[in-house]
Amino acid sequence: MKQFSIGWSLIRIYTIIVYVFLFAPIVVVIVLAFNPKQFGIFPMEGVSFRWFIKLAQNEAIIDAFKNSLVLGTLTALLSTAIGILAAMAFIRFEFPGKNTLNTLLLSPIMIPEVVLGVALLLFLRFLQQPKSFALLLIGHVVLTLPYVLLIVQARLVGIKTEYEEAAKSLGANAFQTFKEITLPLLLPAILAGALFSFTISFDDITATLFWATAQNQTVPVKIFSMLRLSISPEINALGAVMIVLTVTTPLLAGYLSRKFSKVKT
Amino acid sequence: MRPKSWKPWALLAPSMSAVFLLLVIPLCFVVVYSFWLRAPSGADIPAFQFGNYAKFFEDFFYPKILIRTIRISFETVILCVFMGYIPAYFFYRSESRYKKAFLLLIMLPFWVSFIIRTMSWINIMGDSGLINHFLLKIGLIQSPISMLYNEFTVLMGLIMYLLPFMVLNIYVSLEGIDKSLLEAARCMGCTEWQAFREVTLPLSLPGVSAGCLLVFVLTAGTYLPPMILGGPGNEMIANLIFKRIVGTLDWPFGSAISVILLSLLFVIVWTYNRYLGINQIFKSLQGN
Repeated sequence: MKQFSIGWSLIRIYTIIVYVFLFAPIVVVIVLAFNPKQFGIFPMEGVSFRWFIKLAQNEAIIDAFKNSLVLGTLTALLSTAIGILAAMAFIRFEFPGKNTLNTLLLSPIMIPEVVLGVALLLFLRFLQQPKSFALLLIGHVVLTLPYVLLIVQARLVGIKTEYEEAAKSLGANAFQTFKEITLPLLLPAILAGALFSFTISFDDITATLFWATAQNQTVPVKIFSMLRLSISPEINALGAVMIVLTVTTPLLAGYLSRKFSKVKT
Repeated sequence: MRPKSWKPWALLAPSMSAVFLLLVIPLCFVVVYSFWLRAPSGADIPAFQFGNYAKFFEDFFYPKILIRTIRISFETVILCVFMGYIPAYFFYRSESRYKKAFLLLIMLPFWVSFIIRTMSWINIMGDSGLINHFLLKIGLIQSPISMLYNEFTVLMGLIMYLLPFMVLNIYVSLEGIDKSLLEAARCMGCTEWQAFREVTLPLSLPGVSAGCLLVFVLTAGTYLPPMILGGPGNEMIANLIFKRIVGTLDWPFGSAISVILLSLLFVIVWTYNRYLGINQIFKSLQGN
């Protein structure tokens, strides 16, 4: 009934306009990546893959991609591992100061990345250590840990303790219970958390710009330094590759995990 | 079950040590450094003096940037509420089977790098960008109009980045409303609009305010849109920090500006938490 009223149509049109606004920049990057001409943006003069080929031949960009992939993967592994442990503590145990500590672990979300960038860099300077890949890694773990914690905690709340207690009463020890009961039930959240931290790390620019060096450039940092000259089809092509990578990975993983869980049951 | 008190602490040890070592202690260093002196040679001298703060407030140059940051953050918050509420309401009421796909789409920008979304506005609003190309083609203008590098484009970049956060916050709080309340209001003779105004809107306000806080905090701490889409007059406080730390390597002054930004946000977050509670914000980020 309401679906046909004038008000509802206006809401729908408004929503579509907001979507156009949100997606226009993303779509335009992908379209322009195929623009064959060197200067200017529009009009397009046909479709060509020359900028993708040029990217594939650019060693600095290939290196940046390797760095980003390694960094994202290690960040995801580390912060998921740490996050699962912390989530277990917060959901399965009672202890003094629980709420305060939980807020402390989630606080990086509310602290500006600029300040995080400055703080970690300053600390490193005090310790008289040079910027390195390790700095990027620990920085990204701090950035992504709150998201992993939120996602895993939300799922863990929904897993009844009865299952774990049943396993224990049948003689399983704490580690066996976790491995056989909790971990499999938690798997979707772990996967989601790991993927989310991978993309946050892979995409991050604000704090990374403080931590990266010429040897440890990530793809967003590379895009930033290329932008200093002006926007070019080459940047759009690099952007398009990144978009395809960071958008299809979670969609594919979601699809696979659904398929996988269907096979199992 | 007998509580074994050491167990949660063992589980928390890695995350707590990470946060203490990589967040709490470094933040203390920022505060300490903000009192240090900078020698003309560029070296940092340990000291306890308020010179860096005095420098910030000695004339109007820096406070003006601080006030601009607050103004732009408020503008972004208001624009995000107006642009975000209706789509969130649409998801809430929609009975379409594509509802899930629509919701997934609104999260999609989260997966696209901030720098790509920001720089792409040049593709759209640049001199040979999409809008100019279109206007030239239909003959409305004779030569391209320059639209970039002003506060408007900075706001475009900011909204593009922050709107999904606002939509999600509002949507989560709308989803939490008991639909039977709406039915009750309709049964009592309310029109659709009255039911919205009296029931849905007030009950969704926690989500709106949580979204506002998150958007404000994230806007006030960002430097990318002003850097890429703004002109010289559109710098925000984070740009200042970036310039001092990465550009001129003036660590003490850069730290002092960071402390000023952090205190501003702390006051806002603390006040918010005091009256409204901060947990609502984390609720909306769980579903991602």
